[in-house]
Amino acid sequence: MVLSKKMNFLFILIIFASSCSLVWADQPPIPPTEVKGSDTKNDAGGSITLSWKRSPDDGAGKNNIVSYKVLRSSQEEGFYILISDVTAGAEQFLDNNAKDGIKYFYKIKAISNEGFSLSLPSPAIVSKAQWFDTTKIYILAMSVILFSAILYFISKAKSGKELFIRKIAGLDAVDEAVGRATEMGRKIIYIPGINDLDDIQTIAGITILGRVAKLVAEYEAKLEVPVSRSMVMVSCRETVKEAYINAGRPDAYSDDMVHYLTDDQFAYAAACDGIFVREKPAAIFLMGTFFAESLVLAETGNSVGAIQIAGTARPAQLPFFVAACDYTLIGEELFAASAYLSKDPKLLGSLRGQDVGKVLFLLGILVGTILISFNILDISFIFNVR
Amino acid sequence: MRREVPIAITAVVGIIFLMSYFTPHFPLNVLHNSATDIFMIIAAFSILLGVLNLVRVNLEKISKKKRDWPFSIVLILGLLVMTIVGLGFSKGRNFMELGTNFRYLYDYVYNPLSATMFSILAFFIASASYRAFRGRNLEATLLLVAAFVVMLGRVPIGYYLSSWLPTNYHLGDAASWIMNVPQKAGQRAIMIGIALGVVSTSIRIILGLERTYLGGE
Repeated sequence: MVLSKKMNFLFILIIFASSCSLVWADQPPIPPTEVKGSDTKNDAGGSITLSWKRSPDDGAGKNNIVSYKVLRSSQEEGFYILISDVTAGAEQFLDNNAKDGIKYFYKIKAISNEGFSLSLPSPAIVSKAQWFDTTKIYILAMSVILFSAILYFISKAKSGKELFIRKIAGLDAVDEAVGRATEMGRKIIYIPGINDLDDIQTIAGITILGRVAKLVAEYEAKLEVPVSRSMVMVSCRETVKEAYINAGRPDAYSDDMVHYLTDDQFAYAAACDGIFVREKPAAIFLMGTFFAESLVLAETGNSVGAIQIAGTARPAQLPFFVAACDYTLIGEELFAASAYLSKDPKLLGSLRGQDVGKVLFLLGILVGTILISFNILDISFIFNVR
Repeated sequence: MRREVPIAITAVVGIIFLMSYFTPHFPLNVLHNSATDIFMIIAAFSILLGVLNLVRVNLEKISKKKRDWPFSIVLILGLLVMTIVGLGFSKGRNFMELGTNFRYLYDYVYNPLSATMFSILAFFIASASYRAFRGRNLEATLLLVAAFVVMLGRVPIGYYLSSWLPTNYHLGDAASWIMNVPQKAGQRAIMIGIALGVVSTSIRIILGLERTYLGGE
């Protein structure tokens, strides 16, 4: 009987001890605190940036946090639904599925192997779209200065003031190239890059084509424009046709002068190379956007002895054109070509405005370099755009 | 009207794109995306124009037996085979799946042909470099020396050749300096010029001053 009482006591003790250890082991983690959020700045709406102070058991204390679950509700005391999981250590979350104008409440659930705990709900947060992206304010300021300079010089040019524009050798050579083709009785091949009409370089290329086509029509030379995009084909046809009409040679124009080859980059390069080798053109113009095919085209053109004038705004392709072509329009010269060739004062005015903008930016770079070199002020933040 | 309507559309779309860069708010963001979608749809439809033009030009070449007309037969046959196999004999919508006839032609005909064209670039780089690096004048000689240092600095032999030099003066360091200082400075100057050129051209197009691309002076 005594033994039985002792056994009972021992049994109760064991149960008490084990229940105590279970209570300790199952104790949930301390919940995260200070859950708050705000509308994500400078966006089109639909986004809330959430932050919280992580659980004291995350990285310290019991150090047993596995992850956090982000819960959301449109009512403070309502039903909270799980919207995402984030790893332990996180203190921020971007909810990109919010609807503008709706009040949202958030709770953060800390998860450990032993259990979980919920934070208090956040204050109500509403997402909305912004009318202006403030990270771009400096870009706007620079654009306004540049636009003003360009518009000022365009209006000045309109008033009849003569503007000096520096010589561009590659563009002065256009006459020479067309003249050479006429004398040799061979074709001029014009390639307006391999991108579509949504690329400003293609538009610049087509614009130059208009000037070249007019010269070709006046000289009664032969022109061929193989293109790699259907819309570019249509635009080039219109441009060439108009140039021939303006030159008084509409009879010499034919739709076949501008023809489509393929959208595929290397198939296009192969087709153009074939044309170069078979036709042996006297002049080749490569104006627009080019990628790896630039040297394939330029070297083949070089091998058939054509005078080559190239222009692109892709810095990676410029060395290839410089090495393989007779003249290269470097970057901005491609965009200046149309104004330069047309001699239209309004267009030349925009070039002058562009040059003034360049001087202003160079001054900005100089001042910025001095300020940061002497540790006076770091103004690089003006280039930080979202 | 033939010119005014396209110029007006260009100006409106240009201004929307410009404003949507600074304003993420509705309706500019939606208009921006819609304009991009419309362009994609028009571009997709216009492919037909290009293909029809390609077929017409090459059929004419064959029928009139113009110079090199047999090449046109190859082109037309290639176009037909790829289209028929893709549409009729390659699991319909899943024509690009592994094991389909179209995928076979793509992997074993189209891809090798494309890769061949790309690999020709290596030989063209060699011939262009030979011409560019000939030391005919001061600039070309500087280019030659810089290219020599960069090429040697990027390969293990460059390290072995200059390992006796003090640290930071190895060929690899010289190559990095050339790429990070003079090369990058030059490239950034070009990039700034390009950015200004793009802005200037865009303004000319939006204002309707530049209209040659529409077929007008």
